[in-house]
Amino acid sequence: MTQPLSRAAALACIVVLVLLALVPTLGSAYLVDVATEILIYALFALSLNVIIGYSGNVSFGHAAYFAIGGYVNAILLTTYGWSLLPAFVAAILASMVASGVVAYFCTRLTDIYFAMLTLAFSMFIWAVAFKWRSVTGGDDGFVGVDVPELIDSRIPFFYFTLAVVTLSTAVLWLICHSAFGRTLLAVRENVTRAGFVGIDTRLMRWSAFVVAGTFGGIAGAIFGMFHHGMYVESAFWTQSATVLIMTLLGGMFSFFGPAIGAATLFVLQRLTNEYTEFWPTVLGVILLVILLFVPDGLVGLARKIRARLGRA
Amino acid sequence: MLEIKGLNKNFEGFQAITNVNFDLEEGSRHAIIGPNGAGKTTFFNLITGHLQPTSGSVRFQGRDITGMAPHKIVKLGIARSFQRINIYPRMSVLENVQVALIARENQHLNMFRLAHGMHQQETEELLDLVDLGSEAQEVAGELAYGKQKQLELAIALGENPKLLLLDEPTAGMSPSETADSIKLIDDIARARGLTLLFTEHDMSVVFGIADRISVLHHGEIIASGEPEAVRNDPEVRSVYLGEEADDAAA
Repeated sequence: MTQPLSRAAALACIVVLVLLALVPTLGSAYLVDVATEILIYALFALSLNVIIGYSGNVSFGHAAYFAIGGYVNAILLTTYGWSLLPAFVAAILASMVASGVVAYFCTRLTDIYFAMLTLAFSMFIWAVAFKWRSVTGGDDGFVGVDVPELIDSRIPFFYFTLAVVTLSTAVLWLICHSAFGRTLLAVRENVTRAGFVGIDTRLMRWSAFVVAGTFGGIAGAIFGMFHHGMYVESAFWTQSATVLIMTLLGGMFSFFGPAIGAATLFVLQRLTNEYTEFWPTVLGVILLVILLFVPDGLVGLARKIRARLGRA
Repeated sequence: MLEIKGLNKNFEGFQAITNVNFDLEEGSRHAIIGPNGAGKTTFFNLITGHLQPTSGSVRFQGRDITGMAPHKIVKLGIARSFQRINIYPRMSVLENVQVALIARENQHLNMFRLAHGMHQQETEELLDLVDLGSEAQEVAGELAYGKQKQLELAIALGENPKLLLLDEPTAGMSPSETADSIKLIDDIARARGLTLLFTEHDMSVVFGIADRISVLHHGEIIASGEPEAVRNDPEVRSVYLGEEADDAAA
């Protein structure tokens, strides 16, 4: 997890990027939409994993920063008529500041108390989106987002998403493999020892939370433009749970695991919805299987299989 | 180097440390001995900031460090190894030491410099020093117990300390591991001009390397001085040392 990109992994990244870039040539609008949404959720899950996998804390409220990014971008574009670049940057800054404030309080705590406080703050943000009707549209949602003309059609928007997600992922990868990322792992592994090599462990956990919130906000900003609207459900705890399950499903001890988990869960959800209305039941079963049988997620499972084949 | 005055620590009615006055000379190799529960680990925790004293003061090189956060105390030059193994179990041996160097150089908030290869040479030198050079890529948590203790020492040395606190450095080791490990600590302390403050149960270790000994009993220092003087102190003999000192001499 801490080694730089191996040749095989770098090659896999390039292949995946090329395949993604070719999706629009298949001529299916449905597939382009699915790919766009998977990219958004992949970034969302990767960002959450900075808190979960790298800093070793569990957040039940990551949807808050997704929603803040989404609403701020949507409102600035639409209500105030800002152009894309300033609106997008302001949305990122808003998520960054909000996560910085929340993290200040959450990082005073650890374990379940940390998790519960993240949940409490996210419910607070959900309540603001729900009640501040004049600004956010309340439970009707903030609809009719003015997406800039340049990217306001399916295929250009897909390429815009691909570019932003790729760039964000590259930056996240660098952060997770930097001196900061490695120190963060040490804090996760043994907070006492880390404190006693001179690391301010609370500042490390705070920084990880802000990185996660910032990139979660980027995912949210793209989401709002993709759907031409933001809805309170995006801030609700179920959204936080979904991205948490994506992260666990893919594997929190791997940088790319959460992205794989996001893609898998999203496709499973789409397929299930075509045959039955019981997605939550299926989701429950998936969660059970992860927790009981593949606690390190799909990537952990693949590593185990490879190790076993290697030995045989 | 370390001046402790009137140190007290009370845990909800239990007096763990009572009015301890203690001076540590630069360059000395000072052992704190005492039976289990005498307050040795508490005493260390008060020095390194893991516990706040109820009253009293701790000064390091003339600077008051009473109540300072552990990570700030480390920066002043106090490193520590722990009684129980305290490493990063799922990271490699190399990474365990590298993190100490990243922290020492204040690079731990640098998000845009790849960790891979940072401080490579110094990390390898430290691992060679504690005889872990060939295990650099192994997962730290899978090392044998004695090797994990050596790794802890390398982590502590990575902070480039002036004062090294060792809490029972040979606890849980076999007699041969103990002997090797003591020789190693002794050599390193001499080569680097480190001041050592350590606790230890094994009297052969204590008398082997300490040039001063303080005896802690029920949270109070009842004797302090050169090894021979402490060994012959009648109060020490009566409360604690007696049989074990004879064993060590035998």
